[in-house]
Parts: sequence; structure tokens; C-alpha cells
Amino acid sequence: MPVQDLEKIFQEKIDQEIKIEPRDWMPEAYRKTNIRQISQHAHSEVVGMLPEGNWISRAPSLKRKAILLAKVQDEGGHGLYLYSAAETLGMSRDEMISDLLSGKAKYSSIFNYPALTWADMGAVGWLVDGAAILNQVMLCRTSYGPYARAMVRICKEESFHQRQGFEALLVLSRGTDAQKAMCQESINRWWWPSLMMFGPKDSESTNSDQSMKWKIKRKTNDELRQQFVDMIAEQIKVLGMRLPDDQLKWNEERKHYDFGEINWDEFWNVVKGNGPCNKQRLDARKKAHDDGAWVRAAALAYAAKKINTKNEKAA
Amino acid sequence: MAFQINKNFYGDIPDDGSGATLPQTATETKNEWPLWEIFIRSKQGLDHKHVGSLHAADAAMAIENARDVYTRRMEGVSIWAVESKYVHASNPDDAESFYEPSEDKIYRHPTFYQLPDEVNHM
Ligand SMILES: [Fe+2]
Ligand SMILES: [Fe+2]
Repeated sequence: MPVQDLEKIFQEKIDQEIKIEPRDWMPEAYRKTNIRQISQHAHSEVVGMLPEGNWISRAPSLKRKAILLAKVQDEGGHGLYLYSAAETLGMSRDEMISDLLSGKAKYSSIFNYPALTWADMGAVGWLVDGAAILNQVMLCRTSYGPYARAMVRICKEESFHQRQGFEALLVLSRGTDAQKAMCQESINRWWWPSLMMFGPKDSESTNSDQSMKWKIKRKTNDELRQQFVDMIAEQIKVLGMRLPDDQLKWNEERKHYDFGEINWDEFWNVVKGNGPCNKQRLDARKKAHDDGAWVRAAALAYAAKKINTKNEKAA
Repeated sequence: MAFQINKNFYGDIPDDGSGATLPQTATETKNEWPLWEIFIRSKQGLDHKHVGSLHAADAAMAIENARDVYTRRMEGVSIWAVESKYVHASNPDDAESFYEPSEDKIYRHPTFYQLPDEVNHM
């Protein structure tokens, strides 16, 4: 069958909301886009463990420590679900990891910002996981079957992440003056980077059109960002804190909040590797990978030895 | 067919002996742990259901890792791990001819039979 016909059948399936599965024919660009997006999503989950992992030993109580441990463990699992989904498209785990470590593959820029105070654990859960969830809820309906299934699994676990973050901030917001100040400062630091998580504006995003047509994405960057602003602008009232944006205002006509302009220079700078923690994060991943090399080799050797002993006994 | 993908995992390994053992494009994958498909029984009385896959050096490690990632919130009471290369899959390109014969056999469904109202609950 000529490629044009295959492409037509493929697009018809997408239009009819029939999911694409690993062995189905798909355009090379669809495969590549999915590999890129899913693997970068996986890298984000894994690198995302670093700023929070850093605070496990310094959590203010045993309860908070247990919660943070559980959350970080979830994120590791999310990485696994996503790597597995990307592997179904024909890229090996090792290739993905080496692309991350060499800097060829990107991960979400948000994790290149430092988590400076305990309040940041709250702000990260509430704002960063909150922004991620909007994207992930949309992706539960993405057209590639294994990706959609991974997202459904992830979404089930995510809502606890956002709630525990908000609750941690709520406690601070009702605490001493110093705790209130710490809460507000952390919101100030994480607000704008969280908005950047939705990516460039629609007018500047290169991949958006085709991704929408193939239903890899179902909402544009700007739509998701607006949804996030509307949600957070209401929730912050409960905290009695404020968002660091003088232009944030309810627009009765649009039935949405208006908000100020993102610092796009900062955005591109961090994407290009010049954020506050880019080097630190990659170094940490490389160190973990290198330090774990002997464990991976030993486990393989042990598995091989067990098979050999078994065979010898059988003989 | 020229456009068929020649490499895939996740319980969809082609029957031609390729799949997990296919030569990889990267050179450093030779030390990768094998891939396993994980099936979970969510409670007594239900079937095991495919939930995803993971890499592990052997079956015992696959089951332990599966417990850690797929049953953290009481999602399961039993785990199966099957090395992915042993999963044989039907070919989606043959789907039409493969499943077509059952399409016109409507007499296999109970609704095909019109019975008097008196025969309730049959
Ligand atoms: Fe996550
Ligand atoms: Fe999360």
C-alpha cells in the first residue's frame, strides 16, 4: 500500500478516536514526536525527584518525611511507566538514559530551579505538580495507547501530590509571621517558573499544529496555561497569600483571569541550559548512573550464575 | 510490508524471533536488563491483568520491582512476571481477515432468537 494511503487510514483512525497501538502502522514523524515527548516526560519525572529528594532528610516532622518519601517514590514510578511507553516505539531504555546524560534530551526546565526552603516543598506540590496535572489529565486521552495508559496510572497518583503541597502551605499560612513570610516568598519564587512549564506561546510553538492534528496534544499551551492561572488564582485566596503579578485580574468579559507577561528571555535561557541548577541536576544524574553501574553488572552476573547452576544440577 | 516497524516491546513482540533480542541502534544496550511484562490480580476472584512492563535481571527481581511500582496502594494481591520476549502477538495488519469470520455469525448471540414473552429470563 502506498504511504499516502497508509497516512490517510492512520488519520481516519485518529479522527474516529481509535487509539494507535505499538504494532500499528504510523508515520515516522508521529513515532519520533511521541518518542521525544514521552522520553522527555520520563526524564522530567526522574530529574524531578532531585529537588524534593534533597528535603527528605530535612523535613520538619516524621509525618512530612513519610509523605515526601512517598511522593518522590511515586515520581520514580512515573518515570518508569513513561520510559516503558517510549520503549514500545522502538527506542531502548539505555539510549534514552544516555541521551539524558549527554544533554541531548531535555527535561522540564522547572527542575532547574533550586528548592531553597521547606515551604518550597509545599509550593512545588501545589504549583509544579498542579501545572503538570493539567497537562497529564489532557494526555490521558492522547492518541498513542501506551502513553495514554501510562498517564491514567500517573493521574491516579498525582492528586495526592498537589493536595499534600497545598496542605503544607496551608499550615505555614496559619503559622508564625516567619512561617507566613516563608510561604509567601516561596510562592513568589515558583509562580513564574510554573507558568513557564506550559511552554512557549501558541504563536511561537513549532510542534503544536501537527500534535493537535494527531491528537497527541488536545489543548494548546496557552489554553492549559490559562486553565492553570484560573485555578490557582482562586485557590490562593484560601491561603491568604498573593501571586506576584500586579496585572492579575478577573476579566468578566472573557470569564478568565488576565495575567502579566512571562519573562521569555529567562524561559529560553533555562531551556538552553543556563538555569540556576542545570549543571547540578545533570551531574547528580550522571553520578547516580555511574555509581550504580557495578550494581547493574552484578545483578546480571548473578542472574546468569543462577541459570548456570540450575542447568548443571539438571545435567 | 515495507512500513512495518521492526522493533517493538511491551507484549507486542513479533513472532519472528526478533523483539527483545533485536540488535539495537545504540551500541551500549548490550548490558540492559531484560524486559518483563507485569500482570496483577487486583483481588481474589479476578483475572491477572496486564499493567505495564519493567526491566529486571531475573524473575525474582521483576516481581519485587513490580510490587514496588504497581502495588503501592493495595492495587494487587498477586503478581505474574513474564519475560517480554516470550509473548507472541497477532499481527494488526491481519486483523481484518483474522477476525472477519465472526462478524456475520449473529446467531451466536442470544438476541438473535425471538421468543414469546412468557419465556422470561432465558
Ligand atoms: Fe509525576
Ligand atoms: Fe507528582
